[in-house]
Amino acid sequence: MSSPAARALPTGAPPDEDLLEVTDLVKHFPITRGILRRTIGHVRAVDGVSFRIAPGETVGLVGESGSGKSTVARLVLRLLEPTSGSIRFAGREIAHLPAKELVPLRRRMSIVFQDPVSSFDPRMTVCSVITEPLEAQGISTGREARRRAGELLELVGLSAGDLDRYPHQFSGGQAQRIAIARALSTDPRLLVCDEAVSALDVSVQAQVLNLLRRLQAELDLAYLFIAHDLNVVRYVSDRVCVMYLGRIVEQGPADQLLADPRHPYTQSLAAAIAADPRSGVRRRRGVVRGETPSPSDPPPGCHFHPRCPYAFDRCTSVVPVPVAAGPGRTASCHLVGEARGA
Amino acid sequence: MPATVPTPRSAAPLLEVEDLHVEFDTPDGPVEAVTGVGLTVGAQETVAVVGESGSGKTVTALAVLQLLDGGRISRGRVLWDGTDLTGLDRRALRRIRGNEIAMIFQDPMTSLDPLYSVGHQIVEALRLHSRMSKRAARERAVELLARVGMPDPRRRLDSYPHQLSGGQRQRVMIAIALACSPRLLIADEPTTALDVTVEAQILELLRELQAEYRTAMLLVTHDMGVVAETADRVIVFYAGQVVEHGPAADVLRDPQHPYTAALLEAVPGRETDRAEPLAAIPGAVPPPRAMPPGCRFHTRCAMAWDECARDEPQLYPLSGARAARCLRHRSGTAVPVATGKGA
Repeated sequence: MSSPAARALPTGAPPDEDLLEVTDLVKHFPITRGILRRTIGHVRAVDGVSFRIAPGETVGLVGESGSGKSTVARLVLRLLEPTSGSIRFAGREIAHLPAKELVPLRRRMSIVFQDPVSSFDPRMTVCSVITEPLEAQGISTGREARRRAGELLELVGLSAGDLDRYPHQFSGGQAQRIAIARALSTDPRLLVCDEAVSALDVSVQAQVLNLLRRLQAELDLAYLFIAHDLNVVRYVSDRVCVMYLGRIVEQGPADQLLADPRHPYTQSLAAAIAADPRSGVRRRRGVVRGETPSPSDPPPGCHFHPRCPYAFDRCTSVVPVPVAAGPGRTASCHLVGEARGA
Repeated sequence: MPATVPTPRSAAPLLEVEDLHVEFDTPDGPVEAVTGVGLTVGAQETVAVVGESGSGKTVTALAVLQLLDGGRISRGRVLWDGTDLTGLDRRALRRIRGNEIAMIFQDPMTSLDPLYSVGHQIVEALRLHSRMSKRAARERAVELLARVGMPDPRRRLDSYPHQLSGGQRQRVMIAIALACSPRLLIADEPTTALDVTVEAQILELLRELQAEYRTAMLLVTHDMGVVAETADRVIVFYAGQVVEHGPAADVLRDPQHPYTAALLEAVPGRETDRAEPLAAIPGAVPPPRAMPPGCRFHTRCAMAWDECARDEPQLYPLSGARAARCLRHRSGTAVPVATGKGA
């Protein structure tokens, strides 16, 4: 894996160095009512998000439900069209590229979801599941595609002898390996893992995380790793972005960010996972109150202010901008700016 | 806080499960999901049942309340305060459920009725188990909602389940469960579907209420972090059996069954070295119909030797009120499980 320390600041790196560069990304979904589907408001699912991923790097995206992290994944892959903002992938602006022009770029980016079995057609064999993207992209067909599918199965720790079985005949962990094989079939540079290990049992989760690590080293893959489990994200990621209600509130190198969180929301997330069964460390109590408000009606100013123990006047009206919070780190909090004068 | 003060426990356990076997019918004949499980919960004690999917932990919890859907207890006893629940008729069972033992589930939507307001459902629960006027029950419902930390409790009485967040729904379930001051609360993965910040709040709430209502808790979970935080004792399940039990702090610090040790090692923690692969457990849990001979864990165990594939281990008692189902303990002496712990 690339060393996080060697990575440049999230701001200031030459753009051509990055595989993915997302700037001020916004996605609003209309809320409609009645048979005429009149728009009565908007869900601001993604509300001005910027981050970068270098080739071979893993960027973790953490957040709780309603944070917009899965919408970011779908925007990056252009499964959704953004309301505004820029997505540069491999040097090309793709935010509003028409579907036809997206086709050749789609080979280079794939996604693995939380529940692979439900995304497979139950009548398709493992072989068809894996070769479908190859044939759809016109990369290979027939015997050649089948040979590639066999190779991919071996690569993810299954056997080419499994090609003619059906996905539902496999355990959850094996099915996720099949999903990874399919995602890798077109030789992508970026793999988006959207809660890819969240539904797996602990023992199997470790196997799949180890597989993802090995594949990254062998294939020089970049990952956008989306999860709600902070410890898992810290373990796999070089850098971490923390999302809250559609915005990135803090980003930086994984170890530093969790060892010394600067944004009050990250602090409460870190406190919530502080329990460590092996060392007997218990969770710090009462760090954060309340629940995430609805993204259709987010609080003004800093979205986190109603739950923040440190909120003051400015937080209720002024949206905080990302400010430097240490080497390679930013935090969007009025207090971070004040305290550090940066 | 009072929750941290140890409370004296009575000698006789409140709940005692003995040699429980549970079978499910399948097109290919009956399958045993739980094989000879025993456990006890003392008054005001918190016992965690931990295991992965298919371990039999939820089936055991449901069997206690005779709530098995499609399954049956084929052997064993469930003693509640000395009475065997497996022999009771439906009326007697209903009196115990809710009044003495309450249960909360992972997904409150499955147990809340979407057609009725939250207030209606709490009032129903209150009036089902104690004589109370509608008006008094409504007032009590407001108190309960306030107690479980529901914002704006009086207005929330008229809300429907779908209008609440996941955390709020779980608070309503807890309010209903506590409506009749049960002596035992069975909580099946109560925080698994919740966000981490909300999970922290709900666990803290359960802890407070337990101290306040002097309720014992049987907590079913897959999360060792939740065990560390809440349990007095822990019972580790694997493939339908108890493989280890003992005081939670001791079991987590110094596991005596290789599965417990491996489970703890497999989870990335705050200090896990990012440069090293995780200590994954190879393979998968065997399906009930294809249990390996000997120790059920031996095919995945890093410490297995010949005997493990042949001899079926018993739950061997160890010092410190502990036990482990591993042949290394057959002589009765504790051998530390070799792990990378503390390295």
